Amino acid sequence: MRYEAPATAKAAAKLLLGAKGSAKILAGGTDLLVQLRSGMKPPGLVVDIKHIAAMSGIKKERGGFRIGAAVPSAVMGENKGLGKAWPGVVEATGLIGSTQIQGRATMAGNLCNASPAADSVPALAAAGAVARIAGPGKRRDIPAEKIATGPGKTSLKKGELVESIFLPKRPPRSGDAYLRFIPRTEMDIAAASAGVNLTLDRKGVCTAARVALGAVGPRVILSAKAAKALIGTRLEDSALEGFAAACSAAATPIDDKRGTKEFKTHVAGVLARRAAVIAYERAGGKP
Amino acid sequence: MIKTKFKLVGTRPLRPDGVDKVTGRARFGADISAPGMLHALILRSPHAHARIKSIDTSRAEKLPGVKAVVTRDDFKLPEREDLVDICRNVMAREKALYDGHAVAAVAAVSKTVAREALKRIQVEYQVLPHVTDVDAAMKPRAPILHKGMRTIGAEPAAKKDSNVAQIHTFGHGDVVKGFAKADIIIERSFKTEATHQGYIEPHACLATYGADDRADLWCCTQGHYMVRNACAGLLGMEVSHLRVTASEIGGGFGGKTTVFIEPVALALSRKAGKPVKLVMSRDEVFRASGPTSSSSTDVKIGITKKGKITAAQAILRYQGGAFPGSPVQFGAMTGFAPYDLENVHTVGYDVVANRPKQAAYRAPGAPLAAFAIESVIDELAHKIGMDPLEFRLKNAAREGTKSSYGPTFGPIGLEATLKESKKHPHHLAPLGPNQGRGVACGFWFNFGGQTSVSLNIGEDGTVSVVEGNPDIGGSRASMCLMAAEELGVPYEKVRTVIADTASLGYNEVTDGSRVTFAVGMATIKAARQAIAIMCERAAKIWDIPAEAVVWEDGCAKPAGSNAGNFKPMTLAEIAGSAGSTGGPISGHSEATADGAGVSFATHMVDVEVDPDTGKVTVLRYTVFQDAGKAIHPAYVEGQFQGGAAQGVGWAINEEYIYGEDGRLQNPGFLDYRIPVASDLPMIDTVILEIPNPGHPYGVRGVGETSIVPPLAAIANAVSEAAGVRLTHLPMSPPRVLKAMMENGKGAA
Amino acid sequence: MTKTAVSTTINGDAAEFLCETGETLLDVLRDRLDLTGSKEGCGTGDCGACSVMLDGRLVCSCLVLGVEAQGRAVETIEGMAEGETLHPLQQKFLEHAALQCGVCTPGFLVAAKALLEVNDDPSESQVRYWLAGNLCRCTGYDKIVRAVLDTAKDMRSARA
Repeated sequence: MRYEAPATAKAAAKLLLGAKGSAKILAGGTDLLVQLRSGMKPPGLVVDIKHIAAMSGIKKERGGFRIGAAVPSAVMGENKGLGKAWPGVVEATGLIGSTQIQGRATMAGNLCNASPAADSVPALAAAGAVARIAGPGKRRDIPAEKIATGPGKTSLKKGELVESIFLPKRPPRSGDAYLRFIPRTEMDIAAASAGVNLTLDRKGVCTAARVALGAVGPRVILSAKAAKALIGTRLEDSALEGFAAACSAAATPIDDKRGTKEFKTHVAGVLARRAAVIAYERAGGKP
Repeated sequence: MIKTKFKLVGTRPLRPDGVDKVTGRARFGADISAPGMLHALILRSPHAHARIKSIDTSRAEKLPGVKAVVTRDDFKLPEREDLVDICRNVMAREKALYDGHAVAAVAAVSKTVAREALKRIQVEYQVLPHVTDVDAAMKPRAPILHKGMRTIGAEPAAKKDSNVAQIHTFGHGDVVKGFAKADIIIERSFKTEATHQGYIEPHACLATYGADDRADLWCCTQGHYMVRNACAGLLGMEVSHLRVTASEIGGGFGGKTTVFIEPVALALSRKAGKPVKLVMSRDEVFRASGPTSSSSTDVKIGITKKGKITAAQAILRYQGGAFPGSPVQFGAMTGFAPYDLENVHTVGYDVVANRPKQAAYRAPGAPLAAFAIESVIDELAHKIGMDPLEFRLKNAAREGTKSSYGPTFGPIGLEATLKESKKHPHHLAPLGPNQGRGVACGFWFNFGGQTSVSLNIGEDGTVSVVEGNPDIGGSRASMCLMAAEELGVPYEKVRTVIADTASLGYNEVTDGSRVTFAVGMATIKAARQAIAIMCERAAKIWDIPAEAVVWEDGCAKPAGSNAGNFKPMTLAEIAGSAGSTGGPISGHSEATADGAGVSFATHMVDVEVDPDTGKVTVLRYTVFQDAGKAIHPAYVEGQFQGGAAQGVGWAINEEYIYGEDGRLQNPGFLDYRIPVASDLPMIDTVILEIPNPGHPYGVRGVGETSIVPPLAAIANAVSEAAGVRLTHLPMSPPRVLKAMMENGKGAA
Repeated sequence: MTKTAVSTTINGDAAEFLCETGETLLDVLRDRLDLTGSKEGCGTGDCGACSVMLDGRLVCSCLVLGVEAQGRAVETIEGMAEGETLHPLQQKFLEHAALQCGVCTPGFLVAAKALLEVNDDPSESQVRYWLAGNLCRCTGYDKIVRAVLDTAKDMRSARA
């Protein structure tokens, strides 16, 4: 296993492209080292991206935020502006693992690990986040939810890596929230999760919504039907009931050690509903 | 006579091993190395049940850096019957009996080489049908684990092979007549899933076997004499040729009361002629150490309208993994122990299944029985509108009660714990919506056993206590306190060390809540012997009869004015002149400690259940337990709190989850969910002290009773909050939500 | 197996070691530098017994590669006391009997110290959530949480 710590994204892409056997990107390492430990065949090359300046900071850009792929969750949590604009995304990323994990784990890593239960992904999908991909050719931007294509699989080609994630400028009266269900209070993988991102008009009526469900399908589920159940409403009880039902209907979970299909389906609706109420309040809506 | 006035006992000094443990200096199992040491790894069966047709290690042996490979061929089946199953568990023979069963092991110059070597070992398996569930294992056509195993205790005698190893029965009176007298009878069935002790330190050892057939073994264990005995037996050694040193131990809770890797490390070291270090990974700890039984229990209790129990019975079925020996008999003995019963009958089935051989876990077997029985007790109390504490008081076992398992109780503290809980602010605090309060009682026998202690008086008057039981939770502090109390010297003048097996007589394992009781008693006796010697020395110096000298406040004094008028001699003065008065001074005690006082506890817990998700939050917890006499109250509280916390995990989220393929699905702390700090509230404790007549200070063991009531107490609280009786542990959110929905109580 | 040479700082002192690229920082600390105070309870970042500070951030050393320590500063439990003087947290852990077996204790102390460096007045809930990645199986956390809160109180009044 060769270890390289290049200084630029270009150099990283070149290393990845030139790798003979398998190559892995090391950001926070909180997934990679666990996989190595659990008997994964060691990759021929590990590319540490933490020495790449362009990937190591949070920048304001066009009224939004560009978050480098090597930025650990803890640093995101300490950025006040980011937390104010996108509390749901910051909270989602802040839920990944313990304080110790937070010191290392990155949002981009969470995205590229492509776990169906990744905490930051539903929040990113709901936020309409855009991943910037560096590679041998030109940089390209794709919606965050298009990165993972299935458990452990991504749409990235050989030599490509996520360089940053962009969270766009928010219209006024917008709010987002993310909730997950775990059996404990911490240190668990979501059995079901939901990210909700809303914009309201002056009267508190929802004019735009994005709703994403996690851990209830092979990849994040962005549900237009669920979003539609919120648009045009003030999130009255009846609207929320329809919304929760739409979320449960959109969920396609499996039975596993983290819960039964029935349980996850039900809880996806419960959490989405609760997240919607938080997002609504954050957008300035009065419940 | 029980001592009741103390100067030091009952205070809370800093533990003597404390600085080592807060600075990282303390050496645990994996913390030492030896020159030329090899690293070992174990190859484990991926199958729950498979015939091992062949094992080919030749490709591994050829790998450069590999120094030894061992398999079943390196372990002769011992003649001693008590070691046969241990041998089979340590290394699979004809069959692999569970996912994780050891099949081969290698020792190599590095972990990397050892890892590569494991991949080169070829094992040919013939996969067999398996069974992991206890009820399924008892079915007539279940896959049989052990050919030729016939149920012991079956009536009529068993004629066919069975996974039921043994049937145990206990009780007295006539339950049929008792039920006939009952106004109300409740009968219910319960299930619990297997849990793990969850000690944070994985098993680890360092074995050094010499060409002279003498060996040293360093390991984390609850009993290094047990390790010596088992390893010597498995390797065909004489016990005195194997010296075992216990490292500091990073938790055990019963899980380190047997051997797993130690004989393998010794066998590898013998073959390689070099020291071998063997450390389990967390995955291996879950798959291949000794978790608890899972269980299935039917309880039937009858009462009068006024709340008097007329008859009680329980049928308990515990699977104990791949070999006989589940603690079902303890379950059958302890479950009804808190009650004064005219008619009681329990039957326990010890069942084998394709899971790792169970090991003890804190009051082994008792929490499962208490869960089932205390749940029915709670339901009966509610049914007649009686406070559950009042109901228990009405039926409580007292001094003179014939216990459900036979003996008649001496002075016991159950009633005291119940009365104390009734008047505690916790009992009177209001509850909010979706909240429930549960109480439950629990009992454990406690144990004494074989114990050796030496107490040496240093030439400057300081004292060393040499004992042979690994300090798992502050017991050195208790020994120092008791020695200092007897000798009348400051606590800081006493040091307690844990000797290796060559340096002190035999000691039973640190289990059965025995250490503060039995080792404490031996320490007191050793101190008293040393005092007698010191009095003799003073008598010699003063030239008066030894009987005329008494020991007070750390000094030898003339017994009275008749004895003569001499200035008291301090311990240090006597120690300083020992060379000229007869030589070194020490006391010792070697005995089998009897008289361990039984112990009772009552737990009270408040929970809240989220009606939308079934998630249980523990809001408040109070433990009331009889300690006999709390030597170091802070560590007694610690035992109460630790037992309660483990009980919370057991009740709510911890479980072994097996797939259809018989493989363990959650062998890690991520999905085997022990409580984290944010899952728990502060855990209040109330220490009651009803002296145990069997100990000079009245000590009762406290380590185990604290895990007996929580499962039931939490189940009672959750059942109240959820509006439906929960009968299957753990009460994980999916189970609670399902129960609520089926009962029409869920918010959906 | 070729090894990589790494220069780093451990507890304020320059340190150099050779390691395989697949070795974790925890492996290096324990097996190559004989700093065995950091423990391996799981090797997967779930128990916190291997907690160390890496450039001032609390991390699990089992989830850091040894080679990543190049040019960085590592602080371990061995560096917590100043000579013979225990850190106030170490002292409070002893006074509160906040340890039983003691194997999780180094990780808890390193993590709690990191907390008090960013928040000298944490609530009970903040302490519990900050320490949720440190598993203790003996104590039920009660006395650990009390020891941390009590240390914070003392540190605040010493400053006032």
